[in-house]
Amino acid sequence: MLLDIINLKAHFPTQDGMVKAVDCVDLSLGERERLGLIGETGCGKTVLGMSIIRLLQPTTMIEGQILFKGKDLLKLSEEEMRRNRGKEIAMILQNPTTSLNPVLKIGDQVAEAIQLHQGLNKKEAKEKAVEMLESVRIPEASKRANQYPHELSGGMKERAMIAMGLACNPTLILADEPTKGLDTETKAQIVELLKKMTERKSMLIITHDLGVAGQICDRIAVMYAGELLEEASSEAILNRPAHPYTQGFINSLPVKGLLPIRGSSPSLIDPPQGCKFHPRCDSAVEICRTKHPEMVNLGNGHSVRCHLCH
Amino acid sequence: MPLIQVNDLLKDFASGLLNKQHTTAVDDVSFSIEKGETLGLIGPSGCGKTTVGRLVLRLIEPTSGQIFFDGIEITRLKRKEMRRLRPRMQMIFQDPESSLNPRMKTGESIAEPFRLGLRGKMNKSEIRDRVLDLVDVVGLNPEHVNRYPYQLSGGQNQRVVLARILAVNPEFIVADEPTASLDVSVQAQILHLIMDLKRDYDLTMLFISHDLEVVRHMSDRIAVMDKGRIVRIESPNEI
Repeated sequence: MLLDIINLKAHFPTQDGMVKAVDCVDLSLGERERLGLIGETGCGKTVLGMSIIRLLQPTTMIEGQILFKGKDLLKLSEEEMRRNRGKEIAMILQNPTTSLNPVLKIGDQVAEAIQLHQGLNKKEAKEKAVEMLESVRIPEASKRANQYPHELSGGMKERAMIAMGLACNPTLILADEPTKGLDTETKAQIVELLKKMTERKSMLIITHDLGVAGQICDRIAVMYAGELLEEASSEAILNRPAHPYTQGFINSLPVKGLLPIRGSSPSLIDPPQGCKFHPRCDSAVEICRTKHPEMVNLGNGHSVRCHLCH
Repeated sequence: MPLIQVNDLLKDFASGLLNKQHTTAVDDVSFSIEKGETLGLIGPSGCGKTTVGRLVLRLIEPTSGQIFFDGIEITRLKRKEMRRLRPRMQMIFQDPESSLNPRMKTGESIAEPFRLGLRGKMNKSEIRDRVLDLVDVVGLNPEHVNRYPYQLSGGQNQRVVLARILAVNPEFIVADEPTASLDVSVQAQILHLIMDLKRDYDLTMLFISHDLEVVRHMSDRIAVMDKGRIVRIESPNEI
């Protein structure tokens, strides 16, 4: 396994109590595998991604292990981690509009990582940056490289973010909501691009868009209230979802009937006892209210955390 | 007579001081919406659909063309006359957080139209009752009235926006991507709520989105926009 996350916890102390954004997550990613991490706003999926690349604020309490090529990332010094970031593990951040530096030209922002990790001089790095911008199919790349983020459209900025993430040919790519805020047409283009650019690469895509994950990923893990509820091949998640939450999630898609799940996501400070989804679950029985379910393997790499699925 | 009638609407944006560059955002757009009908407006980003929504409510001035609301040509109205008409037409914006005053509690936001006397003279306890009614109608709990927008989720804030819109008792609503910033399951909840409210309050709607499936669920007819023009208007099954 390229990446092995074992019993990971990421908790934030706040005035109101401890926010358990990631609570006992086990997740593995193989060589050349693309995994989708699906979940709604506030389920902890971005925090999980951020803890892999170690960009969480220092007050966060992180426990567990994140083994990358057998080495625990959580044990690395900040300096060692910095050498890995961008080169071994790269993150394509969400919201290009706020993630890009508004006062630096696009080309210079892409060149920065190249210069740092590949020992090229400024001019060479800039040339490589233009090549990268071309590879993500930004038209007139050399002209665009000299423009500022506000001069680019949303789709174009997302392409620049992808170029930046892939610039140093990283072993593992983390992409956080790469299609957020894009219209349908642009979204389809970005999905196509990401799919092509990450062929035979390892990638973790964090998204709330099941369609996007289904098109790009081999496997999908579903996250809810800080923990994983289901994990299987994309095909199985989309066609034979086992967990009532995954089923509800799919049924709420406009193409699948727009049927909402009742209620709303629970607080991560004081999540429900037993199964965290039981207050919203139509199939919940007594045991769901009292006992927290374990992840159970249904065979064929399909595992689910539900008392009612065996 | 349709509630909304738009004829040959054109909006030109000029930028630059000396060498003015003109962008025609909306070009020769005509359509009508019958009372109780929902017209969907769909198109890629930058096609001018949001501009159409704003023009119809006269939040921006058209370069040329006519807009009729209930037989009144609103493009000719003076500011003061327009303001009297405003409660009858409302807008739901894409981002609920930025459409609510961050320094007002939810209850205060919803109470504002009542306090301003838009629904006749009311005392404090009457206003309180009306606010609690609306809070219930949009599926919030009474305790939510004492929260600030930052303490609520996106979906809850969009419910607050809807309660506030209902407070002025409008006839026509422009919904501009009302669920674009929400999660799928929350999106489904809010869209169902909008459909319920539309039926219960007999509302007429212009529903703007770039998501065809969403528009299909919401609309009686769908107008497809591209590069500033409406290229066709069809029923949801035909598209």
